[in-house]
Amino acid sequence: MHNYHLIEFKNVSKTFDTTEALSNINLYVDENEFLTLLGPSGCGKSTLLRIIAGFELPTEGQLLFEGQDLTVIPPYKRKVNTVFQKYALFPHLNVYDNIAFGMRIQKKTEKEIEYEVGRVLELVNLKGFDKRSVDSLSGGQQQRIAIARAIVNKPHVLLLDEPLAALDLKLRKDMQIELKNMQRELGVTFIYVTHDQEEALSMSDTIVVMNEGKIQQIGAPCDIYNEPKNAFVADFIGESNIIDGVMLENYKARFSGHTFQCLDKGFAEGEPVDVVVRPEDVDIVPVNNGMLSGNVTQVTFMGVHNEIIVDIGGFKWMIQTTDSVNVGERIGISLDPDAIHIMKKSEYSGMFGDYSSYSNELDELSDPGREE
Amino acid sequence: MKKTEPISRKGGFGISLMPYSAWSLLFVIVPLIFVAYYAFTDDNFRFTTENITRFFTATSAVEGDNGTVSEVKTYVVIFMRSLKLAAISTVICLVMGYPLAYIMSRAKPRAQKMLVTLIMIPMWMNFLIRTYAWMTILQDTGIFNSILSCVGLGPARIIGTETAVVIGMVYDYFPYMVLPIYSIMTKMDVKLFEAARDLGCNSFGVLKRVIFPLSLPGVLSGINMVLIPSVSTFYISQKLGNGKFFLIGDAIEGQYIANNLHFAAAIAFILMVILLVFMGLIKYFAAKFVYGGE
Repeated sequence: MHNYHLIEFKNVSKTFDTTEALSNINLYVDENEFLTLLGPSGCGKSTLLRIIAGFELPTEGQLLFEGQDLTVIPPYKRKVNTVFQKYALFPHLNVYDNIAFGMRIQKKTEKEIEYEVGRVLELVNLKGFDKRSVDSLSGGQQQRIAIARAIVNKPHVLLLDEPLAALDLKLRKDMQIELKNMQRELGVTFIYVTHDQEEALSMSDTIVVMNEGKIQQIGAPCDIYNEPKNAFVADFIGESNIIDGVMLENYKARFSGHTFQCLDKGFAEGEPVDVVVRPEDVDIVPVNNGMLSGNVTQVTFMGVHNEIIVDIGGFKWMIQTTDSVNVGERIGISLDPDAIHIMKKSEYSGMFGDYSSYSNELDELSDPGREE
Repeated sequence: MKKTEPISRKGGFGISLMPYSAWSLLFVIVPLIFVAYYAFTDDNFRFTTENITRFFTATSAVEGDNGTVSEVKTYVVIFMRSLKLAAISTVICLVMGYPLAYIMSRAKPRAQKMLVTLIMIPMWMNFLIRTYAWMTILQDTGIFNSILSCVGLGPARIIGTETAVVIGMVYDYFPYMVLPIYSIMTKMDVKLFEAARDLGCNSFGVLKRVIFPLSLPGVLSGINMVLIPSVSTFYISQKLGNGKFFLIGDAIEGQYIANNLHFAAAIAFILMVILLVFMGLIKYFAAKFVYGGE
């Protein structure tokens, strides 16, 4: 084993004109990892990817690749390939010539090219599409060709820039599974950029949550979900109720006028904290048995569960439950110690986790969409 | 569900096209019919192919440099000369215009606007005035020769040479080459260039494998728009060539002024047919081999 990481960012910053896109990024990626850069539009995740590809130079800092300084090496000399957001297939070339593009530059023999193109077309389930023009393909098919065109060059790292953003929901789900399988089969490192937290959770080995040019948290999907570091991460990954609280002592937190048992320790006595409760971890109980109680203000049927908003002492909680409750009903809630996660106060405290202005529709409208 | 009615071609479109239809009928179609009619009739408006045959058979005596006199097919020679000068001008326009169009398309939006304006400004000036300006610049005692003399290279004889005619044509038709190429290049997706670099292309590779093939429809339309007016131009050759380089346009004008309307029409008709065939060939090959060339 060698003693370096496949890719390593050392204190990388990037400034466009006057705006800082990345600030002091330190990050490493290991071989065979499926790493996802996750964050809202404008968080710097695409810039990070473009620095690896070589399309952007860092303003400060260093990028190491297999232990070598890669910072100023032009894109065409890097052992990475990119799958672009809108595929960027060459419209003047057919499927075969698109895939052969990289190998022709490397001056591979036509026989070799023919073999390799056939091999990757089979891998992406588009055997027999060689002679088709790329304009005649559906979005999903173009996506596969874009992947084939990149992996046929046997890159050490495959960069994927929101590759599924333009596909419809069902196709996106299928492609998620396929991409994950492909990554295992090929044994290639994938660095995947997305703003879709579900996509990130279901595919990644490691998730890097970013906001405003800074890394907020690095970790495995379940760690990120269960142990978010701050209010931003808690809110961005899944739904969260984030309540102001105080740590009384180890394993004891007080919020919403009640003292709860929890599993967290290591805070100062009386330290103000952010308390995260996931909507699915809240148990609905009769009012008399509840630790807290409140009025149901909204019920939305979501298929698998009901999503309800409960007003508890003026703070609106979101609860996901399979019980049926009605608007106006008074309910009690109970929280197990492992349903509670305590976070230190951060710059994001108080910005997220209250559902008083919640609406599904609004959420959809403000979806960051694709990042340019 | 109720289907929306497709916009009726006879309705909305037909009416909005009326002014142009009337215009083109009156000033394009009818005159063309007249040209064809005159080309195939004699002075008494009886059918004849004599005008057409005259174009291909008329001869005149030309005195060569060494004093020998030879017979040449007058109009065929004139036509070939027109074609040669037009082809040279087109190539020069392309060689100068292509890199310029590329640089413009990659410039910042404000610089792009300024460059387009700079290229268009000469087109705001009257064609005759532009040509006269070139006469003063290129004549033996003109600005160009003054500069050449100053740096110890001149004077050179330019006015009255084919070079002068080519300079005039290039100057007049240059925007028609740059603008279509520029327009297609601004529409290219920058991501395609990035994809090419990502797959191993250096800058030249991107140009050769992506930019050039995608710009071909613009190049073809630029060639069309420069070659065709330069083949049929007449004024530039008279003024800058001192009338020594009779072009096909001059021949038509000359016959017209001499009141040989039928023969003038015949030359115009033949020129038109040749250009049509040429354009048809370009279109055919573009549709077959060029992406976006339908």
